[in-house]
Amino acid sequence: MATQEVVLLDSRCSMFAMRARIALAEKGIEYEGKEQNLADKGPELLQMNPIHKKVPVLVHNGKPICESLIIVQYIDEVWKDQGNPLLPSDPYDRAQARFWADFVDKKVADASSKVWTKKGEELEAGKKDFIAALKQLEEVLGDKPYFGGEVFGYVDLVLIPFYSWFYAYETCGSFKTEEHCPKFIEWAKRCMQRETVAKSLPDPKEVYEIVLILRKRFGVD
Amino acid sequence: MASNQHVKLFGTVRSPFVKRAEIALKLKGVEYEYVEESLSNKSDDLLKYNPVHKKVPVLLHNDKPVCESLVIVEYVDEAWTGYPILPSDPYHRAQARFWSKFIDDKVFPAAFKAAWNPNEKERDKGAEEAREALQILENKLKGKFFNGDSIGLVDLAALYIAFWLPLIQEAGGLDLYSGEKYPKLEKWGHEILNHPVVKGVLPPRDNVLAIYKTRFQNISASK
Repeated sequence: MATQEVVLLDSRCSMFAMRARIALAEKGIEYEGKEQNLADKGPELLQMNPIHKKVPVLVHNGKPICESLIIVQYIDEVWKDQGNPLLPSDPYDRAQARFWADFVDKKVADASSKVWTKKGEELEAGKKDFIAALKQLEEVLGDKPYFGGEVFGYVDLVLIPFYSWFYAYETCGSFKTEEHCPKFIEWAKRCMQRETVAKSLPDPKEVYEIVLILRKRFGVD
Repeated sequence: MASNQHVKLFGTVRSPFVKRAEIALKLKGVEYEYVEESLSNKSDDLLKYNPVHKKVPVLLHNDKPVCESLVIVEYVDEAWTGYPILPSDPYHRAQARFWSKFIDDKVFPAAFKAAWNPNEKERDKGAEEAREALQILENKLKGKFFNGDSIGLVDLAALYIAFWLPLIQEAGGLDLYSGEKYPKLEKWGHEILNHPVVKGVLPPRDNVLAIYKTRFQNISASK
């Protein structure tokens, strides 16, 4: 392939940015990662993602692609002949993968954010929804090693970044996911053995430090 | 494609999300059986095929369900050849997905808030957010359709703005959309509502307007 410029506007602890990092690693793509200061957004981020002003943003030969799920699908399509396939090849399986990725964004992301940003009743409600979402996902996983079947795939990639935040959720919310969803934790640990995942996720303690800072800033603590 | 295919679509006649799926199927020339659902009395089939969200549309293809309107549209595009609903170039596909998501994340919730939120301040906030989102789409629209010369994913997603939004506005006396403020969207609206496939699936305008009017009346009456 002709020389390509691949840049990722990134943020170490963003689970959405982690998705892009894993995808790029799965495809063996060399890229320049630019860590963004989300408290003081730089001109490049604002120029490349004027609508949402969020990370991740993939900039491929100067053209920006925004929204993590869209970035992952883009990477899978552009570099389809390279590295590991991210989405399944069968249209029905692809539809299922997209459905569950959407479920993760609708149910896991929302509930999990309540667990570290809220207190009292709202926190309890967030915990309940979070566990319910994980239980639903356990059902979908069934006896398979990965959501993708025998092989790590799109839904695994979309979901595993949240695992790096579990220590923070559990500490803020005073609960242990493993007690409610042992199968989920088993799956997560399996994914963490994958090099592309292990090197793309931050240390959970690092995430917790960031969470503490953010809680202070948002007035939760 | 194999001739032994059974395609069924579960929907409700006035849902913009269901229309996305219907238009996609018709653009591909797929024959399908349509099942009208009642959202206050959901069929066993609907609950069986969409246990997670219990919503329409649900596409059933050879007894295998696909749920969520944009997932269905992409599935239809991939499972059947013919009319291209998404562009073929990966960058343009990414753009199409981005703008469809924008419409779902920004236009719908804001419009619903503006119309139905019980709190007046929230309704005003919703109206402001809706207008902002519409301005962004107005700025983005370049050609005859969001997809260029022919309709595509984003046009299907945005159809709400052309048909339902003006009706909800009229019924509720809202200030979200105007042809003067958004001339390109206005022109696009005319084009898409006159598209032969789209025209053929839309419910009667007066029907939808009457239903919205009744809903607003019920809200004022209960105050």
